[in-house]
This record gives sequence, structure tokens and C-alpha cells, in this order.
Amino acid sequence: MLRACLRGANATARNNCRRNPLTSVQHCRHYTAGETSGATKVVAAGLLTVSSGIGGTILYAKWDHKFRAAVEKNVPYSDLLFSLALGPSSQEGLPIKKQTELAQPPSMMDKQVKASKAKSEKKVKEAAESPAKESSPATTQPAQSIEEASVEATHIISAIGEVPSVPAPCDTESAAVKEECKECHDHKDTPVTAVVHPNTESPVAMEPLKERPVEEVAARLAQQDQEEQDILASVSASLEESLASSAKTTLQAIGAQEAALQAITQHTHKLKEAMEAEVPPQEKSAQWKDLEAALANRTCAMNDASTALLKANETLGSLKSVIDKSKGLNIAAVHPLVLAAEENLHNMIVDLDKVVTKVQSAESEAKIVSQYSELVNEAKQQFQREVSSLTPEIQANWKGLTGKLSADDLNALIAHAHRRIDQLNRELAEQRVREQIHIDAALEQQKLEDQKALEKAVNTTLQHVKEEARLEQERKLGELREVMEAEMRTQLRRQAAAHTDHVQDVLKVQEHELRAEAEQVLSSKMLEQETRYRQLNQEQLDNFTLDMNTAYARLKGMEEAIDSHVVAEEEARKAHQLWLSVEALNYTLKTTDSDLPTIPLKSAAEAVRDSCHDNDFALALASALPEESLHRGVYSEASLRARFNSLRSLARRVALIDESHNSLYQYFLSYLQAALLFEDEQKAPPTQLSREDLDPFKLLSYASYCLEHGDLELAAKLVNQLRGETRRVVEDWLTEARLTLETRFKTPCARCSKAAPERNRASSMFHKDSCLQPWKPREDGQRREVDRTTARDLGLVSHLVTHSATALFTVGNSCWR
Amino acid sequence: MSEKQLGKKVDRCLADGAIKLGTGLGLGIVFSVLFFKRHTWPISFGSGAGLGMAYANCQNDLRSHYLLHKSEKVGL
Repeated sequence: MLRACLRGANATARNNCRRNPLTSVQHCRHYTAGETSGATKVVAAGLLTVSSGIGGTILYAKWDHKFRAAVEKNVPYSDLLFSLALGPSSQEGLPIKKQTELAQPPSMMDKQVKASKAKSEKKVKEAAESPAKESSPATTQPAQSIEEASVEATHIISAIGEVPSVPAPCDTESAAVKEECKECHDHKDTPVTAVVHPNTESPVAMEPLKERPVEEVAARLAQQDQEEQDILASVSASLEESLASSAKTTLQAIGAQEAALQAITQHTHKLKEAMEAEVPPQEKSAQWKDLEAALANRTCAMNDASTALLKANETLGSLKSVIDKSKGLNIAAVHPLVLAAEENLHNMIVDLDKVVTKVQSAESEAKIVSQYSELVNEAKQQFQREVSSLTPEIQANWKGLTGKLSADDLNALIAHAHRRIDQLNRELAEQRVREQIHIDAALEQQKLEDQKALEKAVNTTLQHVKEEARLEQERKLGELREVMEAEMRTQLRRQAAAHTDHVQDVLKVQEHELRAEAEQVLSSKMLEQETRYRQLNQEQLDNFTLDMNTAYARLKGMEEAIDSHVVAEEEARKAHQLWLSVEALNYTLKTTDSDLPTIPLKSAAEAVRDSCHDNDFALALASALPEESLHRGVYSEASLRARFNSLRSLARRVALIDESHNSLYQYFLSYLQAALLFEDEQKAPPTQLSREDLDPFKLLSYASYCLEHGDLELAAKLVNQLRGETRRVVEDWLTEARLTLETRFKTPCARCSKAAPERNRASSMFHKDSCLQPWKPREDGQRREVDRTTARDLGLVSHLVTHSATALFTVGNSCWR
Repeated sequence: MSEKQLGKKVDRCLADGAIKLGTGLGLGIVFSVLFFKRHTWPISFGSGAGLGMAYANCQNDLRSHYLLHKSEKVGL
């Protein structure tokens, strides 16, 4: 009915549904037909908006790459759309930017380095020259100390040259720091390296700085230093040498010139004396000899002086050349020496010139005097000749001839004298007349000569002054440099202090870090060692304990074996006892008293329980005996048999009655059937029951047969197959039969369980089979074999027992349905 | 003992039948005498009723095991 309702409902629903879509479509159609324009308008507007939005996005993305990237990142599949519309996004811009960024710091670095280089060069020059200014006395020691100072300064400068690089990009920071550290450790840096490195390296790659090893740098610096030192030494040596030699020669020349001067003056004096002094003739000859000696001396001295002068000039020239050469070397430390040498040279030249001028003036004087003396001599000679021409006989020494001369001679002489006087007067007049002209000419000549001399003197003084001015300038320059150098040094010292502080801090930090690291490493190693040591110890201990344990275990095993033997004996005794009690139980089960159909098994069960107080299985079995059997007892087989025989007729009589057929008429019919139907008293049951065999009469005959042959179990199974009223009638009998079977089933297994403890598995297996076999009259042979089972097979046997019991009961229960 | 149940029931039936038959007969006789002018039909009616009742009772008693009673709860 429900289904019919459902079908009807479905049909109606289907009908309704068929009708409804049509109506709804119609409605829709009406709806759309009525307002189509509105919907299409909305749809069109929406589409337009969306497409315009997408188009605008694409265009803007084409223009602005960042926007495109943002959209691609945020909207999942927009990158596909963009790639379709615009092509792949241009990613080249980014690497270029990166490159420019990368290029920038190196260029900046380069600029900084170049600036530092220029600064350092200038500073170096000043540093070099200011020490030169300081060491104008030209001693080597101050020069060296200043050199060292300059070295330090330049070291600091080089450090500064690297410092601006530290805050620059990170990839060079480590390099710069490393460089700094290198230079901190290495005190032989000079600005040359700072200068050389940026010069020799390419502007972009600061990496070669990193790669240059400290040793190479130091070696290079040392080498350069060494070279400088060598050059300096050589230059200073040469300068000194030439200076010394030139000084010597100059002094010599000066000495010679002085000597010449002396000689000249002496000679001149002597000559003057000789000319003017009126001395007796003997001394005159001596005088003239002296004069000649003086003249010789003078010539000698002049020669000496001239040679000396030449030599001096030579040496001075060489010194100048050396100075020029050393100037040409253009090394900083050489300058002071050069300057000093130049000054010395200048001084020497000045002195030499002075002396030479003195000598020259003396010479000119001497020349005048000699000219005068020559004139005088000439006049004397002339007079002598005149006198001799006049008076050939008269000797030259006419002064002493006052007595010897004749009157004629005297007259001639006087006439000659008069004539000479006239002549001289005439000459004098002439001279007086030409005096002015001569004087003018002389003046002119003098003027010229004076001018020349003046010019020469002016030139020389100018040169000297120029030289002096230059030297002064250089000196001043040196001083200025010195001052600047000092200032620079203070600044640098400050910076060096700051740098050292920074370096100290860094070093401290590094020290901490390294220490921590080292400590960690140390602790880990220590831990490792300790754990290893402990491990080894533990292993040793373990081995020892293992050995001890094995020995102990063996001992224990032996003890246990002995104990188990004892225990086994005990068990055997107990088992025997148990067996005896079970036998008693069995006997009780078998036999029945005359007056009571059943005997309570309680006492026997008690006996069993007492004897198996420590055997759990037997205990369990003893407790598992049903209460009924204990209190009331079980029916023996014989009684059951008798009862069944009495039951049988009743069962036959109610064979037709069951749930459906149970009226009185049916009862009458079944009675009739029982009266009229004849079956075998006993019939052997087949191995498999078929449907025909389930007839009550047949079943009853099978059961009788089984009972007669002592197979209570099978009889119970067959009786279990009865149905209906018959079943009700035989129910009690079946229950009793089950009880008996249960009790009887347990006892053989209990017996099995308590046999002597022999470790014979085969016997136990055999015994298992004997337990499971259908109940057959026991034989004594079996009993003995049964005794040989072990205590240890309790578990297996108990499992079997419970399994069989449950099987039996489940069979009964299922058949009851 | 389940085998004795049937006997007991049959005993009860017979007793009950006897009683009812007798009672019916008696009542029939009484009624026949008193109200129905000694017709035979009340007697037969009474005895028949009595017998019928006894039959019904006996049948019910014998069936009682197979029937569900009102007090019993049956699980579906």
C-alpha cells in the first residue's frame, strides 16, 4: 500500500513537474519577451565594463612594468594573459640596474682611491721635503729618523687611503677591512704601495687588492724601500764625496789663491820698494834677487792658484753634475742632501769667486806696478843707452862717477841733459796738451773697464744673489713643508689614534669571537673524549657484567633444573592424587543408587578440588561443573535410557503438533497417527541426516538405537532435531542428557590434565584425540596411555575442552531455533 | 518434567470438560424445567455450550504455549 501511495505520488509529482517547467519557461519567455531590452542592456554594459577594465589594465601594464609585476604577483593567471597580449615581461631592465649599481661603488672607490693617492703623493713630497728642510746640516741620523717618521706618516696615509673604502659596498668591505688588518700587522707600508696599487689596478675590479698577498706587498715595499735606501745612500755618498772633494779643492784653491795673493802683494811691495827705495847698490842686488825670488814665487803661486782653481772648478762642476743627477732622480729623501750640497756649492763658489776677484784685483795692481816698474826700467834703460851712447866709456852706474868724468863728458852730459830736459819739456807740453785727451781716453777706457768689471761683478753678485734667493726659497719651502708636515703629523696621529682604537675594538671583538669558538671546539672535543672514555668504560663494565650474568645464569639454570626436578616430582604426586579423585568422580558418575536417579557429585567434586588446589586448569574444570550436577547430581546413562523409552510413546503421540497445528482435532489426528503408524524400534542413524530423516518417528528410532549402543551424545543430537510439541515434551530429557554429557565430558579431560609430568608430546597428542572421540566404552589400555600426559599441555587441552563444550552447546542452541 | 506437562494438561481438560458439561447440562435442565417448559433443546444447548466451552478451554490450554500473551513483550 505504501508503495502504491508512493507510485501515485510520483506520478502526480511527475505530472506536476511536466506541467511546471512549461509554465516556468512560458513565464520566463513572457518575462524576457516583456523586458528583453533591459536585460540585454545590463549584460552589454557589464561586458563593456569588464572588457574596458581588462584592456586598460593591459595597456597600463605595457607602460608601467612595476604595475605589471604587481598584477602578475597578485592575480593568479594574469601573467599568461599579459604574455599573450604584451609578450614576455622585460626583465632586462633589472640586471642593468644591478650592474650600474655594482659599477657605481667601484668607480666611487676608484675616485676615492685616486684622491687619496694624490693627497698621499703631495703629503709624501712634503713629508720628504720637510725632513730635508730640517736636516739642512745634512746629517744622516736625523734624516733616517725623519725618514722613519715619514714612513709612518705615509703608512697612516695609506691606511687613510683605504679607510674611505670601508663604508662602501659590502662586497669590498671585507676586502678593505682585510687590507686594513694586513696593514695594521704590517708596519712597512709606504705610500708608494697605496699609490702603486690603484695605479696598477683596473678601476672596476677592487678584487686584485684582495688577492695580493701580504708577503708580496711587504716584499715589494721592502724592496722599494731598500732600493730607495740604496739610492739614497749612494746619492748621499756621492754627494758627500763630491762635496768633500770639492770642498778640499776649493779650500786648496782658496789657499792657493790666497798664497798667490800674498805672493802678488809681496812681489808688488818688493817691486815698489825696489823702485822707490834708495838703497846702497849691494842691497839693491839683494833686493833685485829678492824681487826675482818674489816674482818667481808669485808666478809659482799664480800657477798653483790657477791649477788649484781649475781643479776646484772641475770638482765644483762635478759636484754640480752630481747634484743635478741626484735632483734628476726625484726621490724625496734625497732633497735635503741635495739642498745642502747646493748651498755648500754656492758658498764655495762664492768664496772662490771672492778670492779670485781679490787675486785679480791684486793682479791688476801688480800689473800696474809692474808696468810702472817696466816703464821705469825702460826709462832707465833708455837713459842708460843715451848716456852710454853719449859717453860710451862711462859705466852705467854714473852716480859714483863724479870724479872720473871729464869736462867734455860733463858738458856732453849736461848738453844731453839739457836736450833731454828740452825734449822732456816738449813732451811734457805735448803731454799736457794731450793730457785731457789722454785722460779722457783713459777715463773712457777706465769707464769701459769699470763697466765691464761692474757688469761682471753685477753678474756674479746677481748670480750669487739669485742662487742665494733660490736657496733661501728652498729653505723656506722646506721649513713650510716641515710645518705642514708637523701639522699633518698631528692630524694623522689623531687619526691613527682613532684608527688604533677602532682596530683595538675590532681586535677585542674578534678575540672574543675566536675565543668563544675555540672554547666551543675545545669543549666539544673534551666532551667527545669524555663520552668515548665513558663509553669504553661502560663497554668494559657491560662485558664483565655479561660474563658474570652468563655464569650466574648457568648456575641458576642448574639450580632451577634441580628444583624443577623436585617440583616435577611434587607435581607428579599431585597429579596422581588428582587422577585418583577424578576416577572417583567418574565412578560416581557411572553408578547410580537404587532409590535416587541421580547422585550429587558434590563430594566427589570437592575431593577433586582439594586435590588440585594448585592446578588452575583442573580447578577451573572442577568449578566449571554445573551447579545442578553438584547439588542434584546427574542422571546416569541407564536412567536416561529408561526415561527415554518412557518418553518415546508420548513423543510419538504428539508428533503432528507444532505452532500452526495445535487444535484438539490435530491432537486427535496425531493420536490416531501414533496408533496407526509403526516404525522400527531401533534404527541405525545414517552419517548424514537428510530431510526425510527429520521425521520424529525416525529420529526417535535413531535415538533409541544410539542409546542402546551407548552413544548418548548422538542420541542427544538426534533428539535435538525434534520440533514442535515433541520437542517440548523431550526438552527436559534433553537438558538432563546435556548435563550428563557435560559432566561426563569434563572428567576425562580432567583426568588427562593431571597425569605424571612427562615430557612426551606424542602421548599428549594421542590423548587429545582420545578426548575428542565420541564416547565409547573405555579400555584399560587407553587409561595407561592417558596417564602419560604432561602437566604442560594443560593449555592446549583446556582450549580443546572449552571449544568442544561451546561447540556442543551452540549446536544445541542453533538446532533449537 | 516436560513430558508430564501434557498429561497434566489433558487431566485438566478432562476435568474441566466434565465440570462444564455437567454444569451446562444442569443449567440446561434447570432452564429447561424452569423456563423452557421441559424442552430438550436447553439441555442440549447447555450441555453443548458446556462441552464447547470445555473444548475451547482445552484447546486454549494446549495452545497456550504457542500464543503470545498480552503481558509478554515481544521484540520486533
